[in-house]
Amino acid sequence: MTEDQHIQAILRLGDDTLVLGQRLSAWCGHGPILEEDIALSNTALDLIGQARNFYTLAAARENQGRDEDKLAFFRSDRDFQNHLLLELPNGHFGDTIVRQFFFSAFALERYVFLSRQLMDAEVAGIASKALKELQYHWEHSAQWIIRLGDGTEESHNKVQQSIHDLWSYTGEFFEADEVDQAGFEAGLLPNLELLRDTWNTRIDDCLQKATLQRPEDGWMQRGGKQGIHSEHLSYMLAEMQILPRTYPDASW
Amino acid sequence: MSSTQNEWPLWEVFIRSRQGLGHKHAGSLHAPDAQMAIQNARDVYTRRQEGVSIWVVPAESITASSPDDKEVMFDPANDKVYRHPTFYKLPDEVNNM
Repeated sequence: MTEDQHIQAILRLGDDTLVLGQRLSAWCGHGPILEEDIALSNTALDLIGQARNFYTLAAARENQGRDEDKLAFFRSDRDFQNHLLLELPNGHFGDTIVRQFFFSAFALERYVFLSRQLMDAEVAGIASKALKELQYHWEHSAQWIIRLGDGTEESHNKVQQSIHDLWSYTGEFFEADEVDQAGFEAGLLPNLELLRDTWNTRIDDCLQKATLQRPEDGWMQRGGKQGIHSEHLSYMLAEMQILPRTYPDASW
Repeated sequence: MSSTQNEWPLWEVFIRSRQGLGHKHAGSLHAPDAQMAIQNARDVYTRRQEGVSIWVVPAESITASSPDDKEVMFDPANDKVYRHPTFYKLPDEVNNM
């Protein structure tokens, strides 16, 4: 694994968590009930906190005078390497929960590996802290999937539709490119094939409890890790980045 | 359906802030069932490190004293200062009394 690939792997961890954290934070003040509004905002803050840690580490490693803010606010869509699922608009509450459910099952298993690997102690440190947060995100979204799926006819149909709509974005989690492959060989990143098995077990188990159907695997979306994004990311970044880009020296 | 039928049940939340202390009433919230009530309580009432343990109780399971009985229930204790432990000397090491 080259030094560049190593930094890229860390940046990707930051991009996933920043993009989803930014998306989720838009629920603040719009949650279906006060309790869930706070839960989604807490989750958003957890993810943005994880992104800060990964960006700070990546910035220190690349040593080019950038910091976490430069990486978050002064890169454009082609530089972001998050999974496509995470940049999709929030949709209705069921869409948001399904996105969270798919990602949390993946991120949880990824953090389990990252927290145990011995190649990069700083990554392991960030991952062990994040792992506890992800365990809660997973639990919270899985509980919602069960209640929406096994709830009323309307909630069942809506969340089943969300699962169908988002399914084609889950294949990208397990499609290894050169960075994933090099990271796996170096012992830094998990074997994505094995991760797919544990992800499937989690998802299938919960869908069954929720009386929901798992869609057939078909054509899968790809491109996020190569910086080829949906049209949604640049709009999201424009909103997120406009202040620091307009007033680069602004401070609180 | 009226909005009251759609409303989730109310839960009373009790938080223990440290080991060795009792659970204290923190507030209340709505949730569809006990498990979600615990999760909601965690998000609403312990996000600033307030707790190490949570209880949730369906609000309807709580029987409360009536405000009308206030005089009968509580006034008789007013003139019985000897029930207070203020006449004892407590060692410094004893906390949380």
